[in-house]
Amino acid sequence: MHTTSWHSVGNSMDECIKCNICTSYCPVAEVTEAFAGPKYSGPQAERFRALDQIAAPDHSVDYCSGCRVCNEVCPAGVKIAEINARARAQMAADNGIPLRNRLLGRNELLGKAGSFAPSLANFVLHNPLSRVLAEKVMGIAAEAPLPRWSTTGTFNDWLARTKNQRLRSDKKVVYFHGCATQYYEPFIGQAAVAVLEHNGYEVIVPPQNCCGLPLLSNGEFDAAEVYHQGNLARLAGFARAGYPIVGTSTSCTLTLKEEAPELLDRHDEATLAVKGATWDIFEWLRELAETDELRTDFQPLGTDEKPFLLPYHAPCQYRAHRVGKPSLDVLALIPGMDVRESRARCCGIAGTYGYKTEKYQIGMDVGAELFDFVADQGPVEMTACDSETCRWQLEHGTHIPSRHPIEVLAAAYGLYDLEARRAR
Amino acid sequence: MIIAYALRNTHHPPVIHQREKITMISPSLSTEILVIGGGATGTGVAWDAALRGFATILVEKRDLTHGTTGRYHGLLHSGGRYVVKDPHSAVECIAENRILRRTHTHCIEDTSGFFVVTPEDEGDYPDRFLAACAETGVPCKEISVAQALRREPLLNPRISRVFEVPDGAADSFLATHATAQAARQAGARILTYHQVVGLLMDGGEGDKRVTGAVVRDTVSDETIHIRADLVINASGAWAGQIAQMAGVGVKIIPGKGVMVATNHRLVNTVINRCKMPSDGDILVPVHTVSIIGTTDEKVADPENLVITPGEVQFMLAEGDKLVPGLSRARIVRAWAGVRPLYQEGFSGDSRDATRSLTLLDHKARDGVRGFLTITGGKWTTFRMMAEKTIDRACEHLGVERACTTASTPVPGIEQGHYWLGHRLHEVEAEALQGGLVCECELVTRQMVESAARRNPTVTLDDLRRDVRLGMGPCQGGFCTYRAVGILHEIGRERHDPDFVLEGEADAEEWEVAYLQSPAQSSKGQSITAHATPGATTESALPTRSPAIDRRSPVSNPNLLLRDFLQERWKGVLPVLWGRQLKQERLDELIYLSLMNADHLPDAAAQSPMTGFYRGGDGEKKIVNGE
Repeated sequence: MHTTSWHSVGNSMDECIKCNICTSYCPVAEVTEAFAGPKYSGPQAERFRALDQIAAPDHSVDYCSGCRVCNEVCPAGVKIAEINARARAQMAADNGIPLRNRLLGRNELLGKAGSFAPSLANFVLHNPLSRVLAEKVMGIAAEAPLPRWSTTGTFNDWLARTKNQRLRSDKKVVYFHGCATQYYEPFIGQAAVAVLEHNGYEVIVPPQNCCGLPLLSNGEFDAAEVYHQGNLARLAGFARAGYPIVGTSTSCTLTLKEEAPELLDRHDEATLAVKGATWDIFEWLRELAETDELRTDFQPLGTDEKPFLLPYHAPCQYRAHRVGKPSLDVLALIPGMDVRESRARCCGIAGTYGYKTEKYQIGMDVGAELFDFVADQGPVEMTACDSETCRWQLEHGTHIPSRHPIEVLAAAYGLYDLEARRAR
Repeated sequence: MIIAYALRNTHHPPVIHQREKITMISPSLSTEILVIGGGATGTGVAWDAALRGFATILVEKRDLTHGTTGRYHGLLHSGGRYVVKDPHSAVECIAENRILRRTHTHCIEDTSGFFVVTPEDEGDYPDRFLAACAETGVPCKEISVAQALRREPLLNPRISRVFEVPDGAADSFLATHATAQAARQAGARILTYHQVVGLLMDGGEGDKRVTGAVVRDTVSDETIHIRADLVINASGAWAGQIAQMAGVGVKIIPGKGVMVATNHRLVNTVINRCKMPSDGDILVPVHTVSIIGTTDEKVADPENLVITPGEVQFMLAEGDKLVPGLSRARIVRAWAGVRPLYQEGFSGDSRDATRSLTLLDHKARDGVRGFLTITGGKWTTFRMMAEKTIDRACEHLGVERACTTASTPVPGIEQGHYWLGHRLHEVEAEALQGGLVCECELVTRQMVESAARRNPTVTLDDLRRDVRLGMGPCQGGFCTYRAVGILHEIGRERHDPDFVLEGEADAEEWEVAYLQSPAQSSKGQSITAHATPGATTESALPTRSPAIDRRSPVSNPNLLLRDFLQERWKGVLPVLWGRQLKQERLDELIYLSLMNADHLPDAAAQSPMTGFYRGGDGEKKIVNGE
């Protein structure tokens, strides 16, 4: 996409020294010929892109999953994944956006729609006939791990129901739940609220939009901009007042921190205020732990003889925060834990990438190194991973339940039932 | 002529010492018109002459465009730059601009151009500019600053007025090669790496006549005598040296221009300052880069041009006035060319010398018959220069033949104007990603092979001009060793005892129309079908590419590698800071540490270009071994 300012991510192409490290680490290029690699589609192809060309010069960049492993390994600081995302947006602008991508980009809308009658929605979406139809008509892979709508109400329903039980305190934290927690997995939000309140914080949950990442990944920048503006309007005031904004979805928090400002080329005061105030929840909890403010009244989840064995995968989008592995650091404080850290590059799902028929198998092939890692740990009850779509992919690829680390932490505080996935 | 050709191309066994060959009988050729110089002008002259039916030979001491043509900023002038200062030039430019868009379509990008008034450019110039455009017939439209900034977001937001003119960007390498092919198809013979070492003269004082030239093949060291009815000196900045061989004084005003290229395009429109033409006031988008140009400094020697840090800093500072921040962008390279300016009796600064063309008829001027010098002008007006030259040649040769170049397209125009995404688009459409040799400029293996087989190639730098090998961010870091390997492989394949040679079957037809097309190269498409009907058998003469001929001493892979690294290094040295420095460090690790490139065998081997790449100092080590 065209350089629109010196802040544009495209300008980072100038940092590239062509070393090829990105391409040799790219999990997608390793398993498919359809993607020539991040160096080619990123800093190289970017030199051939401009506004208003007679044709969109490239299309294979659509096979970049956006996992950001390239950014992570780049020794020069090229924002390769973002360059690719902007190129996809340019493609979308030139060629139009398929209905499927429009739908997959509209997490919030889908979530809302299904939540009116979740059981019906689940039936409509998940019966085998619909999945075959969805594949044939829309190009959404029949085997792909689509989520189920919560049948016990949304996260906001739960908040409203439990309003009188919520902690009031001078210490306040803003919680960004994201669409998955709102519509599919309200128990993740319940666990987060339980942990935050247990540590003495009042949890503010302002109304919020989708962070916009699914739209950004599918090249719909204008629509993403609307969501981003909505979130700024509701969050910037808290940010300016000095409240931390924490989130349990690593990709949502990454979007507020970096992806939206960079991809949309927005560097205004409100964007920067929210960017500066946003934390992944474990990143923030680790700060508490480091100043001895995190409560450590844990109930051991395992014993010395039989520790609680938990394979843990830090999602690529979490690694893109460049904050180390805070979940791992905090879980290590719980007695009786044996957390095994995955070194796999990516689970393969990469947001909505692995849902697409032509990319499903690529996603599964990319994820194989993670699935193999889990299998190598011997029999385990569950795995852990911070990002929702990654957990769904992990469950799909291993047939073992997967949990958010915040659920594990809440359970260790005795506040949460890890099996039934609900607050005690 | 044919016999002479065959003689010259007899394959000599590799054991013959080159020096001994000078004593052999010099082959000789004869022709009607001999053109000296393979830049835009000389090639255009040969094209025009051949189209008008003259037997024509062109000699160039290095590769086509190696001189000033290949070192210019790539602007297809609308004439806007000269409307106030040099209106005559402006009129020439706009006329030729319109013609070249038809005859050399695929060598031109239709970028359009802005003349912008920056806060530094106060005064009445903008109004004078507008009036002068109207007078000279250069189409010009004032557009709003907001509109200009929408199209070029990095443009200085403090500009007060913007005028749009039909400037364009030209690929002078491709255009000259295409013109040369058109000339060949019309019967001309193009001899590159053939240096004029003397002129053949007849007659005494007061009745001198130039009858040809003594030419040295700089690859094989053979000497050839070429007899000609008329010799045309189109050697640009070297025109004074050639004229001197005829005892004629031609005082070229060699104006050195320094240019720097950014790593990627900062603008997609040509940006000019709306003021009297000066240094560093133009930014041209050519292929993947933006070129800021240029300085104008009178120099003594057109050969070894020195670029000072001060010149580069000045250009960047001026560039900041057009695109604030330009000076902090990644700069990949700096280079210099020499304008062959000429103005009879002129003694001022080269910046003020006219850009108009000059045709010197040495019969009228100096009493020397059979000799013309064409100089001055600009790339944009090369065709017109050729036309005027051959008009005069007709007078000398006593014939009347009309010029047809303005309505004769060169091979390849069916590809349409080039556009930035063209290569990427083709690589994607044909899925050629796996075959990239130069990843920065998207040069495929087939493009390198095809360029080497289908047009004369002595060094990798020749291939650079053909396909843009090594012109991107890494400046040859990753493609040099690959390209050397490929040439070596072709050479071996040709030397394979099982490889059947049928006469000249290993040499292929000169073919450059699709040089820059990854898709066409991959299909091995030949455009012989486009050959001009009635072309003589000359055009079927095979291409001679010493770089892939194992019998030639320049096909030595170690030499090819060293030469190209040295050549790339030369242009990086003046801009060696920041991100390009990081790049060079990696390139240094690859070549000096990993490949031990400065201790390769055959250290004494030299190509005709080795000395030039080393800046005339044979002692300098390759890359930066110091």
